[in-house]
Amino acid sequence: MSSEALHSAIRVEGLGKQYRLGASTGGRASYGSLREDLLRSVRRRERAPEVDRTFWALRNVSFAIQPGERVGIIGRNGAGKSTLLKLLARITAPTEGRAELRGRVGSLLEVGTGFHAELSGRDNILLSGAILGMRRSEIQAKTDEIVEFAGVEAFLDTPVKRYSSGMYLRLAFAVAAHLEPDILLVDEVLAVGDADFQKKCLGRMEDIGESGRTVVFVSHSMPSVLRLCERVILLDRGGLVADGNAQEVLRTYLDSGLGSAAERHWETPELAPGDEVARLRSVRVRDDRGVVTEELDIRRPVSLELEYWHMRDDEDLRPSANLHVTNEDGVVLFATSDFNNHRWRETRRTPGVVRATCHIPGNFLAEGRFFVLAAISTYNPTRVHALEADAVSFHVVDRSTGDGVRGEYANAWPGVVRPMLDWSIIEPKPIPLSGADRQLG
Amino acid sequence: MAPERAVAPSVVVVTPPRGWAALNLRDLWAHRDLVYFLAWRDVKVRYAQASIGVAWAVLQPLLMMVVFTVFLGRLAKVPSDGIPYPVFAFSGLLPWTYFSNATGTATESLVSSSNLVSKVYFPRLAIPLAALLSWLPDLLVATGMLIMMMLAYGLMPAWTTVLLPVFALYALLAASSVSVWLSALNVAYRDVRYAVPFLIQLWLFATPVVYPASLVPGRFRALFGLNPMAGVVEGFRWGLLGRGHPPWALMGVSAAVALVLLVGGLYHFRRVEHGFADVI
Repeated sequence: MSSEALHSAIRVEGLGKQYRLGASTGGRASYGSLREDLLRSVRRRERAPEVDRTFWALRNVSFAIQPGERVGIIGRNGAGKSTLLKLLARITAPTEGRAELRGRVGSLLEVGTGFHAELSGRDNILLSGAILGMRRSEIQAKTDEIVEFAGVEAFLDTPVKRYSSGMYLRLAFAVAAHLEPDILLVDEVLAVGDADFQKKCLGRMEDIGESGRTVVFVSHSMPSVLRLCERVILLDRGGLVADGNAQEVLRTYLDSGLGSAAERHWETPELAPGDEVARLRSVRVRDDRGVVTEELDIRRPVSLELEYWHMRDDEDLRPSANLHVTNEDGVVLFATSDFNNHRWRETRRTPGVVRATCHIPGNFLAEGRFFVLAAISTYNPTRVHALEADAVSFHVVDRSTGDGVRGEYANAWPGVVRPMLDWSIIEPKPIPLSGADRQLG
Repeated sequence: MAPERAVAPSVVVVTPPRGWAALNLRDLWAHRDLVYFLAWRDVKVRYAQASIGVAWAVLQPLLMMVVFTVFLGRLAKVPSDGIPYPVFAFSGLLPWTYFSNATGTATESLVSSSNLVSKVYFPRLAIPLAALLSWLPDLLVATGMLIMMMLAYGLMPAWTTVLLPVFALYALLAASSVSVWLSALNVAYRDVRYAVPFLIQLWLFATPVVYPASLVPGRFRALFGLNPMAGVVEGFRWGLLGRGHPPWALMGVSAAVALVLLVGGLYHFRRVEHGFADVI
């Protein structure tokens, strides 16, 4: 064993977690009734044991993380990210293998763990702090700092049930952000909150990383992972697929769909994300010639094409295709829905495969990488049928030579979008210049 | 800033559970602040929006006392060891109410805290323990009421009243011995939540709450002690009223039974707690 391995902040060896599938709970182990368990034990004695329906949520995963490293864990839904985090956080026990964590471990699996609606902001700081593993003296010493970070001074003695959801989230994150563990395990918590606050949280986590603490960060949000982590571990179907430099692993991840990051395709509805009403079939990025491609010219239009299975004939349910386009900084540029097409909006929906394409004009997006969230939902009543974050991604390149938005200007051009806009200009009328002006000029 | 970091960092080892594990009460001790805050939350939330607030702590045993006094004391003329029946019944109902409330909430506690169990690590025992502790202030308040009632009946509290904390601990022990089992079982088998209220109702009549233990024939008395609450109720009553001989034998047997149950329950809890997050 090398001395380096001895001092790892986290060392994971052959870690695995097996779940028993419940008949009705799909994916989660089930709780039973006493009667069922008794019956099962009787049956076992009588006949050959039933083959348990089990699956490995995680298997044979090994890696080591050095103190001070910030590591992102990525993977598609069901890849085992959350299971891994739960094992490291000791929320659930592994079926095989082992993990060692050196130092005080803080885990942040959701925002507002242990918050109680009836209690005041002040009381919730104490409670949530204790639940996250802080000592009483520690919480009391940090209360002012937490309150200031959250910006809820005026409502400190108000029950949090009267807080706006934004205030609630800010307070909840503020408590968590003031944990001072040696190892911080974070799951998706940044998926909530407004952009400014997200930035503040990310900033706070960057501070944590820089002060020598180890951060393990599970996220769907590629932009936040890229910003926060220098190293990324990619999981797929419970196994470790790649581990290394963030940019390189991200590349692997984006390519792990079906050949290209610009295309995702699900063979059958069973495999696809969605419910009994609608399921995603494919999501594609096409250029103006209809070619599926990941690299797009800033001047040319982009088409985002979404296909889905509409499976239930129901007057009340009107599935709509939605797309959210997010840039590398996590800013959602826009969200758009197929009901912007008025004719389609009035059309009665019938089951079948629907293809909806959103046309983004050329000279609209800025340079950089964009991530597309694809969803199918009914708006009235509100119901999300299918949702896939980072379904596809693409890269916009500015190769314009004077004919683009930035014209001849060669340096960085600011802005989250780069639209070509109409300008109206009143041209100068020739002014008769007087002799005095001429002298001044 | 945490002084803990100055010393060599502790190592957390995550491995598959193997059969019976050590109790690891040290971990629970390390989380004592959490236990305190959880109990404090339960107390605070319980009376948060109740207009008569903590008066509920007294009202419940008081109303039961009235009912039993009318039906058992007056109509059925149940003996009460020479103590005015209302005082007799109330002194038994206090530890009983503690037991029934504490056991009821502790049984449900893990399931109702499922969001905690599935999102953050701490010794799971902290949750039922906090639920059990959270009813102690109620017991204290109600005992104050009992003492006033005794004075109204011209009865002076016995010197052993100063041992009240010991009796409270004894009641806590009895409630824990049952709750450690029930709370863990309730996670896996939701049948428990339906059985427990009924069980507690029956249990009341197997405990000398509204009748004296002296009513039980001598040869069954030891058997009676197998009920951990029998010793608690008789002990509490003797402690406050100081009438008759101290029920040492009954208290001893009850305490021993409660301890055995508790230790067994703790090992069982420890064996199954790692799976709570998966099944809750």
